[in-house]
Amino acid sequence: MRVFVCVKQVPDTSGKVAVREDGTLDRASMQTIINPDDLSAMEAALTLKDACGCRVTAVTMGPKPAEAMLRDLIAMGADDGVLISGREFGGSDTFATSQIIAAALQLLGVGDEDIIFCGRQAIDGDTAQVGPQIAEKLDIPQVTYAGQIEKEGNTLTVRRLLEDGYMTVQVQTPCLITCVKELNKPRYMTVSGILDCFDKPVTVLDYNALKDQPLIDASTIGLKGSPTNIFRSFTPPQKGSGQMLAGTAEEAVGELVRQLTEKHLIG
Amino acid sequence: MILEEKYRMMQRNFRNFAETEFTKELQEKLDREGGFDWDMHYKMAKYGFLGCKLPRQYGGQGGDTLSYVLMVEEFSRICPVLAIYANTPNSLGSGSLLIYGTEEQKKKYIPQLASGEKKICFALTEPGAGSDAGGVLTRAVEDGDAYILDGRKCFISGAPVSDYAVVYARTNPELKGSKGISMFIVDLKLPGVSLGTPEMKMGINGYPTSDIVLEHVRVPKSELLGPLDKGFAAAMKTLDGGRLGVAAQALGLAQACLEEAVSYSKERRQFGKPICRHQAVSFMIADMATEIAAARELIYNTALEKDAGAKDAPMKCSMCKYYASEMANRVAAKAVQIHGGYGYMKDYRVERLYRDARILTLYEGTSQVQQMVISGNLLR
Repeated sequence: MRVFVCVKQVPDTSGKVAVREDGTLDRASMQTIINPDDLSAMEAALTLKDACGCRVTAVTMGPKPAEAMLRDLIAMGADDGVLISGREFGGSDTFATSQIIAAALQLLGVGDEDIIFCGRQAIDGDTAQVGPQIAEKLDIPQVTYAGQIEKEGNTLTVRRLLEDGYMTVQVQTPCLITCVKELNKPRYMTVSGILDCFDKPVTVLDYNALKDQPLIDASTIGLKGSPTNIFRSFTPPQKGSGQMLAGTAEEAVGELVRQLTEKHLIG
Repeated sequence: MILEEKYRMMQRNFRNFAETEFTKELQEKLDREGGFDWDMHYKMAKYGFLGCKLPRQYGGQGGDTLSYVLMVEEFSRICPVLAIYANTPNSLGSGSLLIYGTEEQKKKYIPQLASGEKKICFALTEPGAGSDAGGVLTRAVEDGDAYILDGRKCFISGAPVSDYAVVYARTNPELKGSKGISMFIVDLKLPGVSLGTPEMKMGINGYPTSDIVLEHVRVPKSELLGPLDKGFAAAMKTLDGGRLGVAAQALGLAQACLEEAVSYSKERRQFGKPICRHQAVSFMIADMATEIAAARELIYNTALEKDAGAKDAPMKCSMCKYYASEMANRVAAKAVQIHGGYGYMKDYRVERLYRDARILTLYEGTSQVQQMVISGNLLR
């Protein structure tokens, strides 16, 4: 059994966002982090690995520096990484991206017992489209917004967290699950994991490696092949971040007074 | 120092852990109530931090001294007392076991310490033997297959929460000074072992300290650690690594003070502008940052030299401890100064950092003892 986890390197939203003239993001020039929902997907995979010893492969599409993110995920416990990277893939929208990732997964081979985990959505595009489209292209069932996952044999029972409640769904492998952050708390890396991650394999798949895959249509990949046209991208005006004060009313008020005093607004 | 990729990953990971897990609420609770946070101990154990630099064959993570230094620094930057949780099992606790333990002793004890299942403390200090460790009065008398230990150890960090102690006791009263002392691994559940009440301390509350009283404690001969009558030299070797750990703790604490001072000085306004625009304040910040940078280079470099087996690494460990602990106290004092009266109030983090800093020039050898070690190396 093998578990694939699709991950994305996203701009650190606490840093500055660089937008190119054509409206796409200049990802190479920005501070990056692992997309938070994808970390939950990785944790879901590693939880399965702890329970049944399956092989966990982290898969991403992005520029070369995205390899560093794969090393982080290997240091957390993944067995290997796959980096889909090529000039031809640059500027792909969700339709093109899911086509390329699905082709890569097909090349790697998704077996009958295998599972693909994705994060619910990335914090940069917020589309939540890539995971479901990968499932469609691979013609396997999908369950989105997983907030709880149980596995028995080849059956997964997934509780989907929806806006107005939850829905419990059973699904057979092979399948694709998108995970929300409420699913779990992602683990940290270990020291030995970091020391060992540089000896684990990271495969790079470029255009040549994928071009003969049946799912790849050269006219619908990359910026030019993407049906989505970006009209305009811009950095929204900065809003101050809010803060929730937890605890009882008394504790919360005490903390509020403390903070206002610290900022010399009262006192 | 330009850190290699693996060290940068470690630094990021330790920072992420400390920033996420060492909550303000936990820190304030530990400072207010003392005690020991077992949840944090087990959490650190889960990620292997308690065995960061212990060898893998004994259940450790196999990190080197620089990994350990980075861990202690990043942990201390958020909470100096929680840094001790991860520090002790890696250094003072298992240091003497690693250097002097028999294969059997290493296999028996180190995996339990690395996994956090058991805890160990280091019991050298006595009411009349601190800096002058040669004044140890605790006696160990041979009796068949065991030694009978009698004496009193004081200010033992972690004693109230430990399962074992490395106890220094005089095995040969004929030999004077630092000779005739041996090390024993003492199970603190043995009959005759009792603990004093935890001490009330100025800072680093949340890692309890107490006396260990030994009254006719029968310790099996198999628990003699290292060569008979030569335990003091062993103590000195163990302290090298410990001193580098305290230096890293001082470095992290100083970095925290700098960050607090920078942020406060930009916010606080006096005479119509933020106080950081007053040269008296900005120059203090320049001094703090410069001293921290100097300490960091010295400490990182010494960590590499220590692993490479450099001849003067033990002296450099003392230099790190001496310089960084004194530096942290200067920096903490300036951070409080920049905060003005607010810095004297418990609502502000620098108040606690200032108190926590005070131990750094005292434990694991005072600054004056470090000066003795350093000059002793140069003048022999």
